[in-house]
Amino acid sequence: MSVFYFVAFLSIFFALMTIFTKNPVHSVLYLVITFFTFTVHYILLNAQFLAVVNFIVYMGAIMVLFLFVLMLLNLNKDTEPLKSNLVKLMGVIAGACLLLTVGGSLRVLEISQPIVMKNPDIGLVGNLGKVLFSDFLLPFEISSILLLTAMVGAVLLAKNEPKKA
Amino acid sequence: METIVENIQGVPLNHYILFCSIIFTIGVIGVLIRRNVIIIMMSIELMLNSVNLLLTAFSAHSGDPAGQVFVFFIMALAAAEVAVGLAIIVMVYRNTRSVDINALNRLRG
Repeated sequence: MSVFYFVAFLSIFFALMTIFTKNPVHSVLYLVITFFTFTVHYILLNAQFLAVVNFIVYMGAIMVLFLFVLMLLNLNKDTEPLKSNLVKLMGVIAGACLLLTVGGSLRVLEISQPIVMKNPDIGLVGNLGKVLFSDFLLPFEISSILLLTAMVGAVLLAKNEPKKA
Repeated sequence: METIVENIQGVPLNHYILFCSIIFTIGVIGVLIRRNVIIIMMSIELMLNSVNLLLTAFSAHSGDPAGQVFVFFIMALAAAEVAVGLAIIVMVYRNTRSVDINALNRLRG
């Protein structure tokens, strides 16, 4: 039980470091650590399939993509112009207001019973695969079309077209 | 595996909601206070991940695997979004030589 609180503290700490670090490369690395703590959360919830997918897709693919673009654009210096302190303060206050609203509404509903897993093998690959290919077959196929569209769009956007005339 | 399941027993659902709200708020603040487009996209990823974790917690709480399938779909969508978004950023950088979000205000007719 205390493992959850420790890992939650680590997640919040590294998420804060992500948005307050000046160097973009350090920011990406902190985000990778944050996603690793999320993987630990998935393992604690016994969602093993999601833990593996989070590890491979987020930490392996998406973060490498971010780092690759940062290195490609040669942005690994502190060249970012910073917003003024007034805008920063206003941003933090707006975020705190959002958190206050959600937290306040949380106090009203009293569902504070602890998580009891009725069947612990809900997040295993076999169980999820059965659900995915029976109830969610059409969304699964549509998401494949979405991925194909994204790939074509990314290639079209990033392609260096020759100048006409 | 038994020890893992025993570890999680006893964490109230409210604490999961609070924790995910905090992470989501950090993502919102990151979008508001940074000017680098790439870091703004990373903050969006942070928000998506907090929602994913909350969906998983609810799914484990109510014993319904549909929540975890939704998380799977959100991950596929995030991958597509990142690919297209980073392609757009590379395109913008090629034209304006900067990833500052204020360089994009020329879209305003």
